[in-house]
Amino acid sequence: MELGPLFLSFRIAAIAIAVSGVIGVTLGALLSSRRFPARDVFDVLVTAPMVMPPTVLGYYALVAIGRKSALGGLVERVTGSPLVFTETGAVIAACIGALPLVVKSSRAALESVDPLLVSAARTLGAAPLRALLTVEMPLAAQGIVAGLMLGFARALGDFGVTLMVAGDIPGQTQTASLAIYDAIQSNREHDALVTIVVLTTVALSLLYAANKLTSAPHGK
Amino acid sequence: MGNDARALGDALLVRISLRVGDFVLDVNFDVAPGITVLFGPSGAGKTTTLAAVAGLVAPHAGRVALGERPWFDAALGVDVPPHRRPVSLVFQTLALFPHLSALANVEYGIDRRVARAERRERARSMLARMKVAHVAERRPSTFSGGEAQRVALARAFARSPRVVLLDEAFSSLDRELRRDLARDVRTLVDELAVPAILVTHHHAEARAMGERAVLLHHGKVVAAGSVLDVIPALADEG
Repeated sequence: MELGPLFLSFRIAAIAIAVSGVIGVTLGALLSSRRFPARDVFDVLVTAPMVMPPTVLGYYALVAIGRKSALGGLVERVTGSPLVFTETGAVIAACIGALPLVVKSSRAALESVDPLLVSAARTLGAAPLRALLTVEMPLAAQGIVAGLMLGFARALGDFGVTLMVAGDIPGQTQTASLAIYDAIQSNREHDALVTIVVLTTVALSLLYAANKLTSAPHGK
Repeated sequence: MGNDARALGDALLVRISLRVGDFVLDVNFDVAPGITVLFGPSGAGKTTTLAAVAGLVAPHAGRVALGERPWFDAALGVDVPPHRRPVSLVFQTLALFPHLSALANVEYGIDRRVARAERRERARSMLARMKVAHVAERRPSTFSGGEAQRVALARAFARSPRVVLLDEAFSSLDRELRRDLARDVRTLVDELAVPAILVTHHHAEARAMGERAVLLHHGKVVAAGSVLDVIPALADEG
């Protein structure tokens, strides 16, 4: 029984949710602002990964960060290592899955804050950023944390995009989901059992916690 | 707010034209230091007027100025954002921050250039003055109606505003409590010597607190003058 892929998945998911958290909450805050131009179009683009086939997403990711792409080429020249078929590629793949969940949850949580409280903050001398950080974010914290939990669960179990962007290299980019697939393909189900149980338990626990968070009253 | 010290005691000029859907607000009145009561039936535009003065709603035309200093002037292209207007607005629902203690709520509006310890001290002192020092460490969900009202007023006055806006600030209280609070607010406004606009539906409260009154109807000023002049006019309106 090899636990390396499981640990790798947790590490990738942790980094991915840290990155997605910063980007996703920022985008959620922008989208929750009424003054954001072309808001609906941008919302569709950001949340599209939730409904698009992983292979299509993986293709776009390869086009964007592959060795022949401008970004991928630049990173390879600077760091000496390509983005694709590396752990970094796996993190990017995990971010693609997690980001829409973080954005959606953050936006919904921020939009649920009573706008009168934001107005009160503004008339008490708070600039928009201070009102966001001291009133909106604390009151939306439960919804945001729930979104981060869902994003982490999604990042932890990513399969399709990871396979296309990072490959399935044992000891380097073989995550838990890929290891389960390999084990079943080679009739080693018993090798995958622990990983399956851990992933299932973590996913269900995070989902339960996220539901509790979003159904609990906040700010009390 | 120190820069506005010279404006202390100036009158507030309100010339506002704005349209929200089918509703058109077109008002023109001045508010001298002291309390001016804004009367009118529901939908007359009282709350929208306060929101425009506070900068929460942008008029399409007109001018809002404290003395010579414009906060909004369509002709000059001036529109000072709400957080830069030295105004305190007490909302009808109070809008206390539910995640902060009473002390933190009151401290929130005090100029951040003031040292933290002094802000805290000012907030404590204002809570004590409004007779709610005992709830300083508690959150709004634990307040009684009267306590919440007093904390909201403490928050509004602790920042030494140059203009005070009270949107039916006493409406949910019983008569005795209302009278008690009205007396405290009257004293605070007199001490600051600033223009204050009080929106109320209570004639007795208006007579007790206001020096002047402006009567709004369908977004227009239909009477303005001393409270004694305008309140009979309101009674005549039915």
